[in-house]
Amino acid sequence: MSGYQTSFDLKRCLIDTVMAGLISLVVFGPIVGIVLQGYSFQTEPKRLAVLIGIVMLGRFCLSLFLQTVRGQKIAESFSKPGGGVHVLPPHHKSNLRFIIPILILLAIAFPFFANKYLLSVVILGLIYVLLGLGLNIVVGLAGLLDLGFVGFYAIGAYGLALGYEYLGLGFWSMIPLAAVMAALAGALLGFPVLRMHGDYLAIVTLGFGEIIRLVLNNWVGFTGGPNGRPVPNPTFFGLEFGRRAKEGGTPIHEFFGFKYNPNAELIFTFVVLVIVVLAVLYIKHRLTRMPVGRAWEALREDEIACRAMGLNHVLVKLSAFMIGASTAGIAGVFFATKQGFIDPSSFTFFESALILAIVVLGGMGSTVGVVIAAFVLTILPELLRSFADYRILMFGILMVLMMIWRPRGLIRISRRGYEVRKGVPPSAAHTRVMPTPVTGKEVTP
Amino acid sequence: METARGMRLRLLGTCPVRFIRLVLSCSLASLTVHLFPLRENLIVDGIFLQQLINGLTLGSVYGLIAIGYTMVYGIIGMINFAHGDVYMVSAYLAAIGIALLSFFGFESFPFIIFGTLLFTIAVTGMYGYAIERIAYKPLRNSTRLAPLISAIGMSLILQNYVQISQGARQQGIPTMLDGALRFHIGEGFVQLTYTKLFIIVASIAGMLILTYIIKYTRLGRMCRATQQDRKMAQILGINTDRVISYVFVIGAAMAALAGVLITLNYGTFDFNAGFIIGIKAFTAAVLGGIGSLPGAMLGGIILGVAEAQFSGLVNSDFKDVFAFSLLVTIMIFRPQGLLGKPQVAKV
Repeated sequence: MSGYQTSFDLKRCLIDTVMAGLISLVVFGPIVGIVLQGYSFQTEPKRLAVLIGIVMLGRFCLSLFLQTVRGQKIAESFSKPGGGVHVLPPHHKSNLRFIIPILILLAIAFPFFANKYLLSVVILGLIYVLLGLGLNIVVGLAGLLDLGFVGFYAIGAYGLALGYEYLGLGFWSMIPLAAVMAALAGALLGFPVLRMHGDYLAIVTLGFGEIIRLVLNNWVGFTGGPNGRPVPNPTFFGLEFGRRAKEGGTPIHEFFGFKYNPNAELIFTFVVLVIVVLAVLYIKHRLTRMPVGRAWEALREDEIACRAMGLNHVLVKLSAFMIGASTAGIAGVFFATKQGFIDPSSFTFFESALILAIVVLGGMGSTVGVVIAAFVLTILPELLRSFADYRILMFGILMVLMMIWRPRGLIRISRRGYEVRKGVPPSAAHTRVMPTPVTGKEVTP
Repeated sequence: METARGMRLRLLGTCPVRFIRLVLSCSLASLTVHLFPLRENLIVDGIFLQQLINGLTLGSVYGLIAIGYTMVYGIIGMINFAHGDVYMVSAYLAAIGIALLSFFGFESFPFIIFGTLLFTIAVTGMYGYAIERIAYKPLRNSTRLAPLISAIGMSLILQNYVQISQGARQQGIPTMLDGALRFHIGEGFVQLTYTKLFIIVASIAGMLILTYIIKYTRLGRMCRATQQDRKMAQILGINTDRVISYVFVIGAAMAALAGVLITLNYGTFDFNAGFIIGIKAFTAAVLGGIGSLPGAMLGGIILGVAEAQFSGLVNSDFKDVFAFSLLVTIMIFRPQGLLGKPQVAKV
């Protein structure tokens, strides 16, 4: 590449650095440097100086870096939209063949050595895997930005609590019911708004999520308001997990005659959750290879072209929206069961943003990435308790940086290419790998 | 125009959509009436008039914030999610400005308010510039979702940054402007405090200045040209990147004005304040027709009045629910808003 200049323009770097310093002085000066104390204030010049120093140093390094050949290449890559799906050769065998059985074995072995704390952290991680997978269908595959995802989560969780209170429904009956309820809510919300431009959808879903939370918070007579609601313990074919059964039930350790285990309930939740996550993974894996999954991705890339090809964009989007919502509903049931008690403060916008961060970090549309990101983003805060104040700040910075650096996520989506079937005349089989409908990016064999 | 209209493909027949809309809206309306019965003796107590005044005050502030959404949307077609948090930052800046000026011994109200306004608008404008530069400019040619997600990230950053540096507790300012005009009506009375009067006057002044800038100055012409066709404006020698930066600065300055005014009226705020008011201002922008300046002002006032009437006459616990439901309803029935043009996708 001859177009890149290789000499360093130090003066330019210094000017950039000084400008960045001045701007950060104006921007950070009043908020960081002056702290309100009642109607008066106190100054914190040291904190301010450190922050400005960091900004200036960062800007200087960035300026220097952008003058190297590598930096110029990166800067150039910003000016064109990133590539789409990475297409693998037709006979490519994924390494996941070996990893998935290992993970399943690990999951089977896990309850035998885990303690209560570890179990509950992993269960939380799995719940976010479920949520991430659901949102990944909506955002990653169908390209619909859903900011009220936590609303469907709340529907599942409150469905269990209120269903138990008013209708006597339990854990098992609520899993399918929550999926159906959340899907119906998704359809009710999605059907009128899915025909609109994507940005509008983001705001409407955000409004929807807030409506759900505010109703849960304010309709005290029905939902218990801010005081929350208790959630029933799960049972296994009517057998309970407590040391002593409540009225008339049988505890599971007496029925099967093993020693009482205080973690039994968590282990049970964990096992059911692992089965559900595996089922959802399998369903998603199949869906992306079915016509409807293809249609989601095609709509994400170019809606007008898809409509011209005769795809019913509302129904295709609605299917993604409903499937995503039902996954969140199921996750809500598990969350409520794990907590044993729910209140509206668990369903704020931050939760939606966290799920979105999982999807963004993991790679839009990539299953493996979402699973890893869900565990990283739920377990990392447990490890970094002392940085708890900076958690949201980190998420925010992560989202911005990811969008600038790799808008399609850390792990690129890849799929196998197709081979032309035998018996097709040689002229048609000229290129062995057909371009995918998504990007048209070809891979020569 | 004819061909453009012909491009709108209606694959799903309108009939079931209309039917479902009708059923939905009827059931919603009956549910609302059933759940929230109106209070009695409305006119006698003067609640209606009092809430009208409150609504006008609130609405003009919503209008000011909505301008930021509508201008940014008009020019680069993205929802600036962090705008509500820019407003929140400006509320903090207003309190800091007032504290600084009182600390240096200035007493007179006009001077303090003028100084605070200048300070807040300047610094908040810089925030708008910096946010655009960091979070949106590198994404100009990225995928459609990227700027939106980046904006959400920016909103989280701003909230947490203010929370860390200023503390999570509620902050406040002293009452600056005492006194009120009182009108007796029937058994009750209606009160128009001087603060509210000041808010209405100041926001009208702000909107007039903005209208003048957009309509008659060179900067305004450049903004309008960029809004109509960015590529063409670039060909004609307009530095569109700089225009986009200016638009962010103008939007932030309007949010700063709103921040100072709301802080004067309510006196308290915290780091979460931008979220709800941001969505409401966006609702106002959509209600008036996104991309249209007069629409943002009109939408703000309508939303403010409707919300105040709802909370005064029906139920104040559900006023946010009411505002968000209004947003969803507008989206369903008239997504182009009151003064906006229907969106036509160009190929």
